[in-house]
Amino acid sequence: MSTVFIAFQNTDEVRGIVEAIMDDNPHAVIDMQPGMVKINAAGRLVIKRASIEEKLGRDFDLQEMHVHLVTLSGNIDEDDDEFVLAWKH
Amino acid sequence: MDMPAKKLGLKERYGLLTRDLHWDTTYQPMDKVFPYASYEGIKIHDWSKWEDPFRLTMDAYWKYQAEKERKLYAIMDAFAQNNGHLGVTDARYINTLKLFLTGVSPLEYMAHRGFAHVGRAFPGAGARVACQMQSLDEIRHFQTQIHSMSVYNKHYNGFHDWQHMHDRVWYLSVPKSFFDDAFTAGPFEFMIAIGFAFEYVLTNLLFVPFISGAAYNGDMGAMAFGFSAQSDESRHMTLGLEMIKFILEQDPDNVPIVQRWIDKWFWRGYRVLTLVAMMMDYMLPKRVMSWKEAWEIYAEENGGALFADLARYGIKPPKGWAQACADKDYLSHQAWNVFYNYGAAAPFHTWTPSAQDMDWLAAKYPDSFDKHYRPLWENYTEMAEKGNRFYSKTLPMLCQVCQIPMFFTEPGDPTKICYRESEYKGDKYHTCSDGCKDIFDYEPEKYVQSWLPVHQIYQGNCFERGTDPTAEGFDPLIAVLQWYHMNIGRDNFDFNGIEYGKGSEDKNNFEKWRAMSTGNM
Amino acid sequence: MQIDLRTVSITPLRQTFDNVAKRLGGDKPASRYQEGTWDVQARANYHYRPTWDPAHKMFDESRTAIKMKDWYSFKDPRQFYYGSWTQSRARLQETAEADFDFVEQRGLVANLPATIRKLALELYVPLRHVEWGANMNNASICAYGFGTAVTAPAQFQAMDRLGSAQYLSRVGLLLGSQDDLVAAKEAWLNDAKWQDLRRYVEDSFVVQDWFELYVAQNLVLDGLMYPLLFRRVDDFMTSQAGPVVAMLTRFQAEWFVDSSKWVDATMKTAATESAENKAQLEAWATAYAARAVKALTPLVTHALGDAAAGAIDEAMTQFKARCAKAGVSV
Repeated sequence: MSTVFIAFQNTDEVRGIVEAIMDDNPHAVIDMQPGMVKINAAGRLVIKRASIEEKLGRDFDLQEMHVHLVTLSGNIDEDDDEFVLAWKH
Repeated sequence: MDMPAKKLGLKERYGLLTRDLHWDTTYQPMDKVFPYASYEGIKIHDWSKWEDPFRLTMDAYWKYQAEKERKLYAIMDAFAQNNGHLGVTDARYINTLKLFLTGVSPLEYMAHRGFAHVGRAFPGAGARVACQMQSLDEIRHFQTQIHSMSVYNKHYNGFHDWQHMHDRVWYLSVPKSFFDDAFTAGPFEFMIAIGFAFEYVLTNLLFVPFISGAAYNGDMGAMAFGFSAQSDESRHMTLGLEMIKFILEQDPDNVPIVQRWIDKWFWRGYRVLTLVAMMMDYMLPKRVMSWKEAWEIYAEENGGALFADLARYGIKPPKGWAQACADKDYLSHQAWNVFYNYGAAAPFHTWTPSAQDMDWLAAKYPDSFDKHYRPLWENYTEMAEKGNRFYSKTLPMLCQVCQIPMFFTEPGDPTKICYRESEYKGDKYHTCSDGCKDIFDYEPEKYVQSWLPVHQIYQGNCFERGTDPTAEGFDPLIAVLQWYHMNIGRDNFDFNGIEYGKGSEDKNNFEKWRAMSTGNM
Repeated sequence: MQIDLRTVSITPLRQTFDNVAKRLGGDKPASRYQEGTWDVQARANYHYRPTWDPAHKMFDESRTAIKMKDWYSFKDPRQFYYGSWTQSRARLQETAEADFDFVEQRGLVANLPATIRKLALELYVPLRHVEWGANMNNASICAYGFGTAVTAPAQFQAMDRLGSAQYLSRVGLLLGSQDDLVAAKEAWLNDAKWQDLRRYVEDSFVVQDWFELYVAQNLVLDGLMYPLLFRRVDDFMTSQAGPVVAMLTRFQAEWFVDSSKWVDATMKTAATESAENKAQLEAWATAYAARAVKALTPLVTHALGDAAAGAIDEAMTQFKARCAKAGVSV
């Protein structure tokens, strides 16, 4: 199955975001690179607002991810609660 | 009193605040309002099927982008105040930035203007807004790059006249003609060229190694603008992907047109990335990964997934894909060799790899480095140390399409230079590869227009006004470099100095300033 | 690595880029606006003609009748580069957000007299389509204009207008519902009082000369519409019903003051360049002003009734004075 990925700048806030993603996606793998953290996952990756809010202890708008994003790969489906990356085949 | 309307969801709200602004004009016909939408032959039946990539309204855009800018400029100010440039590995690194400022930043600007054009030209409101936001982001990238490199320009050579050089210097016609090509194409081709082939398929190969390279080599300034730009890039990649899916879904007749564009623009983009390949393997003092490794991760693996996903529309991987994959063992070495040869004519420094560098290259390229390239570099180094640093004095032949000197080799034979020839209206035109020849042959009327630097020099178009080429002692190379606005002897020649071993001004200044900053001079 | 700053005093080799130094008249420190704007657009050795406009070069001075010796004589008095622009707009956005929240949370809409609420919906919501037209026109100016000094602020202006259109949509959603957006579009398309304005906007979409478009949109239409609808009518509603609606259109009111600085400077630079430019600008401004007045009259009349004629005269007088200051007689 094809791999989707998303990469963030390595910052304090991102730590919480990454933790939340890893909890929600047990099949995902972290790849640390200079200055950034990349998360690879076979097929599909789900990012949940509620999980991030829990980790950060505050309200979080998924669009806030724009501030930290470095790159991603896969088709995106986004609503207020979830941001999903997936390959369709 | 009615109840306040329930809170709208992201998609619904975005639709109301964006696409719903559109109306079909009646006082002026739609095809006059959007005159560039049909001549490429792409058939769009229903723009409302367009999927908006990220649903950012302007209020959210301003809020998040302002936050990014505040952070970025705070880092830039700190970097300048603290002489952050002295924290980079060594002054060789700074040459990657010169290449970037003169070769890549002007393309960011062109992307800005190009997306403004398609952001006006598409009849679909959702697509227009997404393109306009990208146009806006691209001027951001251009300006943050200029501002980040402004501090380097104050202290190092080769940055000082980037725009003048971009329009003139021989190898800069490679990136320039690439973007001019996209900009002058129709709006749909522009989207496939830049939005899809470049942003989606290839941009990770440009930015991720460059930024990680900056991080790895202690350049906080470049790392900051790079990462900050990348955060917009995800939006751009998604626009490219949504655009291609949309076009393909609209009409089966679009598939062959799009396939041809994918073939063309993959190859065009891949050729431009030659500059990145040599930067990664030769110009970064501390290397993140080899070009070959980056190619395997970001092109082969990720591109493979992408094209598997697009197969359902009948789209095949680009025609030149297999050759690009096969060339990964040779590309960077061949390119750096050419720049080393023409080190007198480029406004950045070149050098031979050290023994330690060569061991790294041999380990990363077990099938090619020791066999083909180590002997070359050892020979160059020996010549230089004997006071005979090699500079090529004849001008190279350029490919009519990608405009890179003809140094690429035949598929399967890294010792034989690849030449292809086409005829158009009685004239012969030369290309560097099957990929470039195909592009030429499909649209010769476009590529015969190319402003080829070497041809132009020979035609006498690259001297300052008033230059007399018949004067005694006339040196054409010097005259061309003056026309480039090069500071001869400061911007160019070997990193180790015109007189080999004495050091270039950049090298010497960096060492002196660093010693001041770490000792008690 | 630890750098002890106090011991490092490095003399820079140069203060700025060569092209910037040339414009500053010497190697002096330059602003971010200057370094990020001057001479940025490619000027020489374009490789190919646009397939979408083979009669012109990629960037071509002849796409307008206005002639300039140096297209970088234009200056944005706000000195906007992307960073300063986006931060300035983020401040407007923060204020607008607070205003919308305040009106919503305090339930201020419920206390608004029905006539005023109806008028605000009828007038401000269809205007979102005019703003959308202004977005398209400024995208055109950015795309086909010449020289970053004009094209970059045009891009910012284009996005400002999209933002404005979105805020006006939110006015509709806050004062009414989605149905009011539908009704507003219906009015925009079919209600007689909007048709001259819609014709003005649609005609502007096919104007080929980008500087003429600049005059038609940024100088004339905005220069009459904003003072009339976002100040005069706003004042009227405030006098009738307090400042609730004015809070919701504060973005537009403040934005117009800001944008006018740029428009005035652009006109003045072009008009002072030559008598030919001045004559051309005057011809455009005069012709478009007559059309704009005709297009706005039914809307102002709808809002102000008998007071409309006086309000329009006054707006026209102010507009002429503003143009005169920029060297353009209308």
